Amino acid sequence: MSESAAAHGAHGHHPKPSFISHYLFSLDHKMIGRQFLFVGLLMLMIGGILAMLVRWQLAWPESPVPGLGFISEPYIYPGPNGGGIIPPQTYNALFTMHATIMIFFVVMPIMVGTFGNFLIPLMIGAGDMDFPKLNMLSFWVGAISGIVMLSSFFVPGGPAAGGWTGYATLSAKTQYTGVEWGQHLWIIALMLNGVSSLMGAINYITTVVNMRAPGMGYFRMPLTVWSLFITAILLLLALPVLTAALAMLLFDRMAGTSFFLPEGGGEPLLWQHMFWFFGHPEVYILVLPAMGITSDLLSTFSRKPIFGYHAMAFSMIAIAFLSWIVWGHHMFISGMNPLLGTAFMMTTMVIAVPSAIKVFNWLGTLWGGSIRLTVPMLFALGFVSNFLIGGLSGIFMASTPVDIFIHDTYFIVAHFHYVVAGIIFALFAAVYYWFPKMFYRQMNQPLGKIHFVLTYIFFNGAFFPMHFLGVGGHMRRIYNPLQYEFITPMHDWNVFITWSALILGASQIFFLINFFWSLFAGKKAERNPWQANTLEWSAPTPPPHGNFEVTPTVYRGAYEYSSPEVQEDWLPQDKDLGSRAAAKAH
Amino acid sequence: MLRWLPEDVSTYGHEIDSLFYLIYYITAATFVLVTVLMIWFLIKYREQPGRRAVYNHGNTTLEIIWTVIPAAILIVLSFMSVNTWAKIKRNIPASDFEIQVTAKQFNWDVVYPGADGKFGTPDDVKFDNDLHVPMNKVVRVHLMSSDVIHSFFIPNLRFKQDAVPGRTILTWFEAKKAGRYELPCAELCGFGHSGMKGWLNVYTPEDYQKWAAEKLAPKPQ
Repeated sequence: MSESAAAHGAHGHHPKPSFISHYLFSLDHKMIGRQFLFVGLLMLMIGGILAMLVRWQLAWPESPVPGLGFISEPYIYPGPNGGGIIPPQTYNALFTMHATIMIFFVVMPIMVGTFGNFLIPLMIGAGDMDFPKLNMLSFWVGAISGIVMLSSFFVPGGPAAGGWTGYATLSAKTQYTGVEWGQHLWIIALMLNGVSSLMGAINYITTVVNMRAPGMGYFRMPLTVWSLFITAILLLLALPVLTAALAMLLFDRMAGTSFFLPEGGGEPLLWQHMFWFFGHPEVYILVLPAMGITSDLLSTFSRKPIFGYHAMAFSMIAIAFLSWIVWGHHMFISGMNPLLGTAFMMTTMVIAVPSAIKVFNWLGTLWGGSIRLTVPMLFALGFVSNFLIGGLSGIFMASTPVDIFIHDTYFIVAHFHYVVAGIIFALFAAVYYWFPKMFYRQMNQPLGKIHFVLTYIFFNGAFFPMHFLGVGGHMRRIYNPLQYEFITPMHDWNVFITWSALILGASQIFFLINFFWSLFAGKKAERNPWQANTLEWSAPTPPPHGNFEVTPTVYRGAYEYSSPEVQEDWLPQDKDLGSRAAAKAH
Repeated sequence: MLRWLPEDVSTYGHEIDSLFYLIYYITAATFVLVTVLMIWFLIKYREQPGRRAVYNHGNTTLEIIWTVIPAAILIVLSFMSVNTWAKIKRNIPASDFEIQVTAKQFNWDVVYPGADGKFGTPDDVKFDNDLHVPMNKVVRVHLMSSDVIHSFFIPNLRFKQDAVPGRTILTWFEAKKAGRYELPCAELCGFGHSGMKGWLNVYTPEDYQKWAAEKLAPKPQ
């Protein structure tokens, strides 16, 4: 195992690669990580713009959106001054594509693709991924799936409009939505995306199992690596179920089968069971890396060991196991046997416990620390704050009777945005934190703080009032809330949310400026600018092909901050303290 | 936050609402506790020259405490929810008042069985998007869909049930206050999903008799 890491290290002396093999078809895990990052950030902008259009319609229904008039009918109706009015069919496509893009083409490529690729080899002391060619293939299949998904905007009938959950029978027959190729392409793109993630997952698992540096036992791995390792296992097991369901849906649409169509003996609820059997582990696929990264950042910037390392690792393992037996809580009122609802309520309540353990351990990490409020730390704390709200609001839905009322309302929209959109805080934290190792320069801290404050305030402004709307019964996925007498009195909240969302979107300009300016003109980064313990900071900046000058030997866990053994308040995992420490490692 | 809850006019709604309130108080208290501690720690333990962080890897007693207490609260919440859930969704009470509702893009077709008490006979009476029921009477609804999944939602009754093509789902409610209540579709069902809504008209028993005599009585041929 250590031999293979060393062998990869020896690969570092290649002739200078050409532009194409360096930037496009790179086999280097670090470049593949950057490729995922750029694609993910581009998709984040697209997904964000779609969300703004959805919000515009909800605050000012059927009023012209400035600058949208260039799109032809029937997708957009012309309004005065070059504006365009969003019709209901387009509105359905907007929220469908917003969710699909944000989940499969933003959070997965960045949290799993970027940070999985970039960090796993560096943090375990390996020279690269175990299968570099498979890694490259994973990126390119993912990129093609993104192109297929985006191309669906340009086919007759527009993109998929059946919701990101694609519930049959709505999604199974063209006549129900009026969308033909848009829905086909949605299915095909998600199948390709699943293949891409599957290749990545196999690579991550193999790399973690086989390529850890000498001394890097499983329980010396940073929690970021633990979270990505568990995520990869969930991906490996969950995605085939989605792919199978998507294949069945495609057959129903194109080959005349009836897996989900009752008129041919099929069962619409089968889609929901298969989709959520994938879909609930998927939620943890999205959030576990954010939890791992947050744990590492809180410890680093509190200058203190993570509180309860084993509890943190085992709670993630517990979440991973439990995530397979909670899918039915998406289906309490679906017509599924209500007795099953009772069973799924129990498992769902149980899965809240490991999540609670994580939050309390994060608090424990802060306690007694020497806290540095850097930009990555602020964003990590923002993630904790959002996850706290998202976790607590989940308890309402877990209770089956309460779910009868709030199911399919804005309460659920608030809940999953606090969890899933809240991941964006961990995403930003990670970008600000690892930017020096990825791009060899520091991002600007004051600009980063402005970005944090605006994002935090307007994120909460956009998503917290959605709880009020949900309590009032406001359904999700409706085109015009003013069509309902009981929703109309709450309309001011819809306007407030839209303003918050628009400012939240505009605030991201501070990130874009900072990111691209720092890429070319930021302060040159030193090897270990944050004084952190994990192995990636022991590698040179920029890390060469093969990452390390010599394969590191690991003497201790990742969290020896403020250790009494040394003068400074950090103690890198590979720092040899002489004979005593060396003896311990053997 | 809970002042936004619509007025409850059902017989079981108060049980849902009291669980809602209970969870609200528990989660709000947890939120305040964690947030106050977090802000306090961020201020108290901010980086200061000359002070070193505590070198501490955790505390098993604390781990046990904050595992067991949330687990106990959540398990109790589950058991408190079981009976209400069973009452609403599993144990459908008997009643002689039955109607059939078929959802279709983008309407609710409501069928009363007519004088013979049977569906599918010539004396069935149909309404478009309007339900008429007496108060204080168990109403059994046979819910169906003829195309895609819809969801039958009456906020004022805390009532929601998906209508699934290919099956008939038996469900029920009992209203205790006369009035006119909105009945939206809560599950995305196509481009006309928004605006797919009906009305539930709840009458006093006397008014219902009058309405039924006028609208449900067999029409002279």
